[in-house]
Parts: sequence; structure tokens; C-alpha cells
Amino acid sequence: MATQTYYEDLETGSELPSLEKNPTTRQLVQYAGASGDFYQIHYDKDFAQANALPGVILHGALKNAFLGQLMTDFAGELGWLRKLAVQYRGMDQPGAKITARGKVTKKYVDGKDHVVECEIWLENAKGEKTTPGTATVVLPSRAAR
Amino acid sequence: MAKFVTDEVKKLIGSESQPRTFEIERGAIRRFAEAIGDPNPLFNDEQVARHSRFGGMIAPPTFMRSLGIEFLDVKISATRALDGGSEWEYIAPIRPGDQITVVSKVADIRETEGRLGPMVFIVAETRYTNQFDELCVLQRTTTIRY
Repeated sequence: MATQTYYEDLETGSELPSLEKNPTTRQLVQYAGASGDFYQIHYDKDFAQANALPGVILHGALKNAFLGQLMTDFAGELGWLRKLAVQYRGMDQPGAKITARGKVTKKYVDGKDHVVECEIWLENAKGEKTTPGTATVVLPSRAAR
Repeated sequence: MAKFVTDEVKKLIGSESQPRTFEIERGAIRRFAEAIGDPNPLFNDEQVARHSRFGGMIAPPTFMRSLGIEFLDVKISATRALDGGSEWEYIAPIRPGDQITVVSKVADIRETEGRLGPMVFIVAETRYTNQFDELCVLQRTTTIRY
């Protein structure tokens, strides 16, 4: 398992370790199979173009999953992802790198929980934020060990 | 004047689906983790996960997308659909072997004029409860129809 981050390790503005993804059409088909979402805009180019799209596009839920991975990696085994919210603002196509990033917007102690709130997003190769969101994690505290 | 969202359609706000129960399969969790490209041992490797504080494998945060939940069918004449986004709240882990009961509710239906013409935003609220009556996950999903 990866190195554990503790509540005390972070400040407002701290950046989360980024996560790079290189989705392919193969991954879209694999995700369609695993998720059961067989909407053709995700694997049939002709269908996608007939629906006013530039070509096949990533499932919003797959992008949601990438941001989920960003957060469960960050929370580590001793942390817990409490909330995850994403909005699909822009389309992403396979064959291009997308990067999941985040930064800490707020940290506070709520009862016995050490809570960290984050702004998160996916950005495309041009640096545009196609998928903004927010997340809340509960992290272990060094003081509470 | 709303093109798609008639008074008849608005009556669907607040309606709930019949509860459906799904058995969570270990193989399905692994296949899902593999499809999203997430090698976290908590989602892939029972041997490693058993030594974690969870005592075994758990489902990744968006795994519930794979259960084949049919959100309530809102019958409008818009033919195209886009996924607008999701909000998740995680209360307890979902584990292999769990019996998860799912109930989905239409929380909101509204129409606005968008870049692509009239667009309908449908918000579904879904609750995932395990066999011990513990609420595990709450999900709010927005679908855009146009």
C-alpha cells in the first residue's frame, strides 16, 4: 500500500499527488462491459458523430472513477473518502492524456474526525478543466495514534 | 413555455423506484477496478486487503454504477442524453458478499434553455443499504436530456 498521509501533513492550498490517465477506446469498451453502460456514444464513432459529437467520448462515470481513484489514493488505507462530487463540463476523447489533480481548500476537526476538504478536477492535455468537483476525506491524525 | 417538462412530467418528482437487491460479487469488483485502471489492493487483492483495517476487499467509490440501476424512466420526447454529474456520500464500505438494496427517487426535473436548445435536468437520489440495514452510500445523479 502507498504511503499514508496524515491530517497534520497538510495545509490549506496543499496539492494532492496527481494521477495521470491515458484512456483508450479499448478502455471505454472495457468500462462499458464492467459498468453495463452500453450507450453507443462511448464506442461507436458513427453513432457519436450522428449525435453531434466529435467522435466517441469518455463515459462521465469513468471520469468520476478517475477522480475517485485520486481521492482513495490520497486518503490511503487509514483514511476514508466521505464525499465525492463531480460535474461534467467538457467532453474528453480517448487517445489523449488526462490528469486528475486536487488541492486542499479547508481542514478542521469535527468531533473525533480529522476532516480535509478538497477542490478536485480532471484537466485535458491543453490544461482545460473538463471535470471539476469537490471531495471530503477523513484522515488519520498523528496526535490520535 | 417548457417544451419537454409538462405538468404531467412534473408529477414524477418525488416518486420512488421499487427496491431491488443486488449481491455484490468479488469478481465484479475486481473487473470494475481493472476497467477503471485502479490497482489499489483494497479493490483487487483479498490477501493484502485482509491485513488492512477493513479486514478484506471493499468496492471502489463508483462501483455502484455497475449494478445496473435503472433510474426511473422520465418519459419526455427529448431523444439525447448526457450524464451531468454525480454527488456521492460514503457512510460504510460495500464488501463482496453484501446484499445491497437500492431505492432511487426522482428528486428534481427542470428545463432550461441551453447551448443545444431546451435542456432538461433530471436529478435522481439513490440510497444503497446493506443486509444489516446500514445505509452505505447516497448518490445524487444529474442526467441532461435534450
